[in-house]
Amino acid sequence: MTLDALDFPFFQRALVAGLLASVAGGVIGTYVMVRRIVSVSGGISHAAFGGVGLGYFLGFSPVMGALGFGLLSGIGVGLAYRRFGSGLDTLIAMVWAVGMALGMLLIAMTPGYAPDLTSYLFGSLVLVSRDYILLIAGVDLVILVTVAVLFDHLRAIAFDEEFAQVVGEPVAGLFLTLMGLTALTVVSLMRVVGVILVIALLSLPAAIAQQWSEDLRNMMLVAVLVSAFCTTGGLFLSFWLSVAWGLDAPSGPLIVLLAASLYGLSSAFKAAGKTEVSR
Amino acid sequence: MKEPIVEMRDLWLSLKGRPILEAVDLTLEEGDYLGLIGPNGSGKTTLLRVILGLLSPDRGTVRVFGQEPAQARGRIGYVPQYTRFDADFPMSVLDVVLMGRLAGRGLFRRQSDRDRDVALSSLEKVEMTDLAGRQIGKLSGGQLQRVMIARALAVEPRLLLLDEPTASLDTRVGVSVYELLKALSREVTLVLVSHDVGVISRYVKTVACLNRRLYYHRSKEITPEMFEAAYGCPVDLVAHGHAHRVLADHLVEEAGQD
Repeated sequence: MTLDALDFPFFQRALVAGLLASVAGGVIGTYVMVRRIVSVSGGISHAAFGGVGLGYFLGFSPVMGALGFGLLSGIGVGLAYRRFGSGLDTLIAMVWAVGMALGMLLIAMTPGYAPDLTSYLFGSLVLVSRDYILLIAGVDLVILVTVAVLFDHLRAIAFDEEFAQVVGEPVAGLFLTLMGLTALTVVSLMRVVGVILVIALLSLPAAIAQQWSEDLRNMMLVAVLVSAFCTTGGLFLSFWLSVAWGLDAPSGPLIVLLAASLYGLSSAFKAAGKTEVSR
Repeated sequence: MKEPIVEMRDLWLSLKGRPILEAVDLTLEEGDYLGLIGPNGSGKTTLLRVILGLLSPDRGTVRVFGQEPAQARGRIGYVPQYTRFDADFPMSVLDVVLMGRLAGRGLFRRQSDRDRDVALSSLEKVEMTDLAGRQIGKLSGGQLQRVMIARALAVEPRLLLLDEPTASLDTRVGVSVYELLKALSREVTLVLVSHDVGVISRYVKTVACLNRRLYYHRSKEITPEMFEAAYGCPVDLVAHGHAHRVLADHLVEEAGQD
């Protein structure tokens, strides 16, 4: 019965969008995880919401607004991060909150009908348009090409930036590239799980993947697969709850809760494995 | 005359308002093997970081291969005292060593067979070939230290800077590292930071004492004056193991090793 969902065009689009977003999320989430910039990526996603507000207020595409704000905040925070290192909590908290405040304010001041905020805050895969799917596909392409070309270099700065600098790597440029790709990823995940939950879909699949990978490429692959499993699972769960129980459960939170449960399971298995080895 | 490998003139540097280096003059010629000793916090690591262009002096000049330190990158091998990375990082020993081959490779050139050969032969030099495929987090402290040395060698450096490279090695491997460095010193200019005075004097060509100021006479002999200036105590007190009677505790730790 639940498989009937595949007959609906909106569900097909949602499925494709979720799978495409998993590619960006898994690959960039891997870097976010090993470079330990999860909080930075959270700041970027909330800043992007300010761009959504600006889009509504000035009458241009909210997605483009999010893209602009995401990239600007990503590069801004990236530059500050390079200068101040980890003493950056205050700045991230500010970018995080100011983005949200600006988004709320601008949307409230927009004349005419009030847009549905929850679709941006918690995602709305079922409302995804064909254009948005093309946008995510474009983001995937940019990310895959960049990562394929710069793989060794991005890994080097994530692993040991000081040594990378000593051998003459352009560490600042590489780090900003990474921040730019993170901003692109945040925007593609925005409609899947919403700005508030983006941080979960960036970090949880990659965290699970890290527990089972000894190689960065494998970690990316596993993170993409876990993410794809969660988005697909969340969508079907949402459909099933609606058809079988008449419950209107949005897919975004379900996807995140699924990822969190998997992380719990994975950690438990990992811990059990360790105990066994050490006897 | 040939251009010096490193040239520092009247170099001053403070970090967070604390003076670290004062009026340091240092010339390293091609083929030098300098042992740098001094108590904890005497500025040894900072001096290396200035040569690497990771820190800029407040005053004075530093030239590496006749250039600004940042321009000289890619020809220096560096073994840091502490590893800063995550043990969980999913990366193999060989991939870590291959980082050394990024030097001068450019962003868009692929890794070559030669890069791989150099990385493997660097691992061979530190007796780590067997573990080339192992994940970096699954090594012991001593094995990790040897990987760090191999990574620096993979640069094929003209200048090799080592910050306490044998701190976490057992004696046998420690000695083999010193023998390796001795062999390398025929082709490469070396600076070895250590507080193991006995070992230093056995292997290096010249010794300098650092304690904010650098005491260096381009000789292997540590004069009592140098030692006293750097460690704040006469050398014979330390040498005869009676240091604890006259020195503060932290100096005993430092100087009482040999």
